[in-house]
Amino acid sequence: MRILVTGISGTMGRLVALRLLEEGHEVIGIDRRPWPDAPREIDLCRADTRKRPAEDVFRLQRPEAVIHMATVTHWGASREERYRINLGGTRAVFDHCHSYGVKQAIFVGRHTVYGAAPDAPLYHSEEDPPMAVSTFPDLADLVAADLYAGSALWRFPQIQTAVLRIVYTLGPSGTGTLMRFLRGPNVPTVMGFDPLYQFIHEQDAARAIVEALRHGLRGIFNVAGPPPVPLSLLCKVTGRRAVPIPDLLYPLALGRFGLPGLPAGAISHLKHPIVVKANAFVEATGFAPELDEVQTMESFRWSGD
Amino acid sequence: MDLPTDPEVAARIDALDHHWNRYGLDSFGVSKEHLGTFFSLLGWLYRHYFRVTVHNIHRVPDKGRAMVVGNHSGGLPVDGGMVLTSLLLDHEPPRLAHGMVEKFAQRWPFVSTWFSRVGQFTGLPEHAVALLEDDRILMVFPEGARGTGKLYRDRYELVGFGTGFMRLALQTGSPIVPFAFVGGEEALPTKFHLKSIARRLGLPYIPVPGYLLPFPMPIACDIYYGEPLLFDGTGAEADRVIEGYVDRVKARIVELIDEGRVARRRRLGRVLPVEPQEDDFPGEVSQ
Repeated sequence: MRILVTGISGTMGRLVALRLLEEGHEVIGIDRRPWPDAPREIDLCRADTRKRPAEDVFRLQRPEAVIHMATVTHWGASREERYRINLGGTRAVFDHCHSYGVKQAIFVGRHTVYGAAPDAPLYHSEEDPPMAVSTFPDLADLVAADLYAGSALWRFPQIQTAVLRIVYTLGPSGTGTLMRFLRGPNVPTVMGFDPLYQFIHEQDAARAIVEALRHGLRGIFNVAGPPPVPLSLLCKVTGRRAVPIPDLLYPLALGRFGLPGLPAGAISHLKHPIVVKANAFVEATGFAPELDEVQTMESFRWSGD
Repeated sequence: MDLPTDPEVAARIDALDHHWNRYGLDSFGVSKEHLGTFFSLLGWLYRHYFRVTVHNIHRVPDKGRAMVVGNHSGGLPVDGGMVLTSLLLDHEPPRLAHGMVEKFAQRWPFVSTWFSRVGQFTGLPEHAVALLEDDRILMVFPEGARGTGKLYRDRYELVGFGTGFMRLALQTGSPIVPFAFVGGEEALPTKFHLKSIARRLGLPYIPVPGYLLPFPMPIACDIYYGEPLLFDGTGAEADRVIEGYVDRVKARIVELIDEGRVARRRRLGRVLPVEPQEDDFPGEVSQ
């Protein structure tokens, strides 16, 4: 099958592309960033998904399936930039899928759309409303992109669309939302709070995306790995030191004293858990993570930074 | 926090039929270590402070899902702690029950962490379903905070029973084990509530007893378990049907309370029968 991967130069993009190649698929990619040592079989187009060269990839190469992973999630990007890429890019990709006869589309989203709050349940199912914006307004672009991708299910019923809400990834790459937060030796936690964190090894996440493609999933699916663990344990096993900071002082401490900088809304994610129920995905694909929570945490601990 | 764990409690926790990962955590984030500390404290209250006597605890199923449903009493939800402890220490085999906690608990530092690690989650239907579907025991007080917020003059009068628990029991096919907690109302005989301070702190109420300190007195308590009740249905029935089922549970709890109060009066040497309105605790200030 000819498969287009947007955001192919990112960590997950590369892992997915390599797996697809291994399985004998033809892989083409779109990314603004380079992938210098990409395998020669991969046809990489250096472009923005919203620009004409990207549309030309759809027009000329006619991919049968698209895996859309071109989203910006780091806080270095401005809000406008995040909206442009995350929502505008998603719109462009689905429009092209529709115009150029793509049969299957996978949107790779994240489980944080459910949001963290004191009255939020553990183990969200796919029916739960995405409440992230209520406590963390800066996630609005990602929530919008997730819902927008889901709307392809009724707008373009001929495309088999799957929206995957994947938990945080951990692994040797050291990239991604959670690993950026855990980057330094000291991790600022909120005193008196120890939420559960749910994560999956990046290789398991890549495998889950490929499984979703293989099974032609249609609908919205949470994707999870091993059972969640408290943040304190996550810090301990990954060799970090949790630095508890009182709730009220937390915003002042961020970005100072060698602690990572975060938007204020992120505090809710350090006080309350976001945990998802992934049985629909497991039932549809038979997916099971290869690495348990301890192996996954250790794979990140021993990755040199 | 390294508080001493009672070896008996530790042995009971080890005997739980439960899947723990290598750090002693289950899939809901319940931690063996935290359970040890929590139940060592509650176990002391259970054995030495409230000297709880438990009756017919064998009626709680040995395995599989179940909902234990009873009356709430006594200003502070110590009755919940005692019911949890009875199921761990006095049930064979030991069982870990999960309570449904008021929302404010998750907003408070430390309280949030402790309740999460000992499996006492916010009272949400999603939590109830997830725990029951995992074949655990759920402890429910259908009176909610209104139940513990009763004044002493209204003791053992069941206030409005919610119906949500019944729909959840039907939906998950869980048997309901009714229970009565007797003694809690005398342990903290609430005279009045501090309402505005409570509101400012985000609490449902602050109970003030005759002796002013909002702490329960060491009154011996009893827990009476009834036989499991299994209702037919899917949880989608009309309110009328559900209310009928709830009334049956409520009636059984009232019977168990009456049985307990009669036994209690007999123990305290009262002449029988006594009107339910009268004091059944000699040390209490009359209304």
